[in-house]
Amino acid sequence: MDKNKSLKDFEGLIRECVKCGVCQAHCPTYLVNKKEGSVARGKIALAAALLDKEAGLEKRLQEDISMCLMCGSCLDKCPNKVPTNEIVGAIRRQITENQGLSLVGKGVSAVLSSKILKMTLGKGGALMSPLLLKSVPESSGLRLRFPSPVMKDRTVPKVPFRNLFERVPEFSAADEGKGIVGFFAGCALTYIYPEIGRIMIDILLRMGYSVYVPRSQGCCGIPALSSGNGTLVTDLAGRNVDAFDGKNVEHIVTACASCNGGIGEHYRSMKADFSTFTGKVVDFSVFLKQNGLFEELKAINKWQNRVRVTYHDPCHLKTQGIVGAPRELLKNLPNVDFVEMEKASSCCGLGGTFSVYHYDTSKNIGAIKLSGIEESGATLVATGCPGCIMQLQDIINHGNLKVRAVHILSLLAQALE
Amino acid sequence: MNQGIIKELVEIVGEDNLTTDQIDKITHSYDATQKKYLPDVVVYASNTVEISRIVKIANKWNMPLLPRGAGSGLSGGSVPVQGGIVLVLTRMDKILEIDSENLIARVEPGVITAELQRQVEKVGLFYPPDPASKEFSTLGGNVAECAGGPRCVKYGVTKEYILGLEVVTPTGEIIRTGGVTLKNVVGYDLTKLFVGSEGTLGIITEITLKLLPKPAAKKTMLIQFSSIEGAAQSVSAIISEKIIPTTLEFMDKATINCIRGKSDIPIPENSQAILIVEVDGDIEFLERQAEKILAVIEPFGIIDTRIAETHEESEKIWGVRRIVSPSLGKISPDKFNEDIVVPRSKVPDMIRMLEKISEKYDIPIVNFGHAGDGNIHVNIMVDMQQDGMEQTVDKVMEEVFEAAIGLRGSISGEHGIGLSKAKYLKMELDEATLACMKKIKNALDPGNILNPGKIFIEQQGRV
Repeated sequence: MDKNKSLKDFEGLIRECVKCGVCQAHCPTYLVNKKEGSVARGKIALAAALLDKEAGLEKRLQEDISMCLMCGSCLDKCPNKVPTNEIVGAIRRQITENQGLSLVGKGVSAVLSSKILKMTLGKGGALMSPLLLKSVPESSGLRLRFPSPVMKDRTVPKVPFRNLFERVPEFSAADEGKGIVGFFAGCALTYIYPEIGRIMIDILLRMGYSVYVPRSQGCCGIPALSSGNGTLVTDLAGRNVDAFDGKNVEHIVTACASCNGGIGEHYRSMKADFSTFTGKVVDFSVFLKQNGLFEELKAINKWQNRVRVTYHDPCHLKTQGIVGAPRELLKNLPNVDFVEMEKASSCCGLGGTFSVYHYDTSKNIGAIKLSGIEESGATLVATGCPGCIMQLQDIINHGNLKVRAVHILSLLAQALE
Repeated sequence: MNQGIIKELVEIVGEDNLTTDQIDKITHSYDATQKKYLPDVVVYASNTVEISRIVKIANKWNMPLLPRGAGSGLSGGSVPVQGGIVLVLTRMDKILEIDSENLIARVEPGVITAELQRQVEKVGLFYPPDPASKEFSTLGGNVAECAGGPRCVKYGVTKEYILGLEVVTPTGEIIRTGGVTLKNVVGYDLTKLFVGSEGTLGIITEITLKLLPKPAAKKTMLIQFSSIEGAAQSVSAIISEKIIPTTLEFMDKATINCIRGKSDIPIPENSQAILIVEVDGDIEFLERQAEKILAVIEPFGIIDTRIAETHEESEKIWGVRRIVSPSLGKISPDKFNEDIVVPRSKVPDMIRMLEKISEKYDIPIVNFGHAGDGNIHVNIMVDMQQDGMEQTVDKVMEEVFEAAIGLRGSISGEHGIGLSKAKYLKMELDEATLACMKKIKNALDPGNILNPGKIFIEQQGRV
């Protein structure tokens, strides 16, 4: 059964757009190109036109619909809570059903659904793939099907030799019997930054939880959602929900904002009832706060040599209202001198497969952050999303700043050493 | 669509900045009134010279031309009711100069109001006009509509802050009005003529703004009353005590019913009206002024007073005001949002008359707004699917406008006439005054090229 909503399912919400224009102040793509077709209001007008048969799925419409990071910033500020991100997803799926996947969409799904890489590639999907392909030579056929030259100019992290699953057991039992926490690692923390996945697991164990990292977990589905591949989204959602059935997990922790938005928020918005699963999904910063780690950190004496750190809000946390816990965590770290920056909540510009289609726009969106980063005087920009980290580092390098983008967990690990 | 004109326009702006695609027509067909008319062509301009040439071409081909900013207007000012060229100015968004020595700023029309405010506040300066849309509306649009906002009680509306303009006239000449000085009496005051001209007299391509020193601090208070009378009398009492707060916002019973339970601040059942009062200035002065205000309104049935001590508490108070508009949608499918204004002392009378009209037609009317300057947002809440509702709404609106005019007020305080109120213009303006305005329009725009079909009801292609 198709568990995705169709455009028709959103009709009531589409009619609730009052064209006030508030979304203009919050849409990352509009803020760089100032075109009405880029902003949520314009897309809702097009969605209405599709429903009213005033427009079809023609090329210009596809271009406007592609100009969306699906970050949800507009929804967050919309007075009538019209979910443009979900509506764009529905239109992209309709485009796919109508004429098949786009070139990038094909690449994404080829990689995401291949046997070897079923679980690879999370946020940013396509952009990481050339690297991943190098480390997986037996799937060389994929390279031909994958468009990589677009990313010429991009800074990309090195892919480590051993992935997370090769580094940690599927189940690690703790002595204290505090219950079992599931860890949804996601592609980036499994393949690109396994050391950060490892830190997450170690901290959970240290807190007295047993940790379950099911091998059958897959990609959260954000790149597939972004590229309009509804079938794959349904497939991945079912697979991930099943994956955590194996043990009696009380929480499913994520350390990737996009994965959190994917397996939490997006699965909640689908037609199937995944509420037993999604009810357990929690971002690491919120989990650590709720379970007393912040108190422990507060008790540690502040270091003499602290590093000046600022925070970037990943869209998928910001739009869920998770803005306080990550900052509080940073402020409580003994090794960190926390400083707020301007435009902290402005999008990095990555957005699922967006940066593959629109690398220049993506860079321009990210570049909005540069002056804030520089003025903050921070040497590190910390965040809770590996996708944002990759994009931020690329933006920072293009802006010639001597700043590094890091995961909050790296700083936490340092503090607890 | 004639390909000749397209070719000439492409020569000016290039292919990337012009489109006749149906998809682009759809996304440039509306504003915040939700009225929808498709243009024939959409053009994104990047400088004054381009605009001047575009205007000349529009004249040559007798094609309507409409300047458009953020499309957030509430009177249909940027909607292409007769088709034609929609000229988008959002990309002319540079702040050209902030001059701290002379307290002025020079901007392109596409600069977002709040962005200018943030930039000038960084250097201790202040641009007061604060329309509710300030985070996304453009200064060009603010000037064209003469935007207001809550702070106008103390600081006045957009027109008080415009020192000079660069304008492309409806025949394509580039003119400069006013200047950079506070005093300037050379020739007619064309600046004031273009401010609030709703895109019918010229296209504003550069704006010189007056700035103020940024107030040292502000204090926000939220006061709940047991009756609307009490709140209305409080407004009059504050003003007649010769106190001018920065903002003086009110919400009536119907408004409160929409937001009860949704705000961070508890609203008890017996609360029938809310005032939000903000004062700004030096800290010592603020304390005294706040005390004085509370003393003056003390006799009028106050049931709760909250004074914000921190920025967060102040934001909580403003949060109560901000959830009003979004909450209204839940009462009825359709809403007519009017923005009448009456002399400040007449606010209590106007509120009483609105209640009577609401009872007479058995239609909810939700009122809130800028009580301090007499500008009341009147929201007529209806379901247009009901039989005869259109006629009823017309009657209600006419009675509301009659009441406002009867109190020596006006049918629009800050949204403008545009499409929405064109048919009511005659209620307020006498024949001679209207004729004078039309003469100006015809003199400047003999071809009726610029934003036709707005403000005036047209006859045979001439206004």
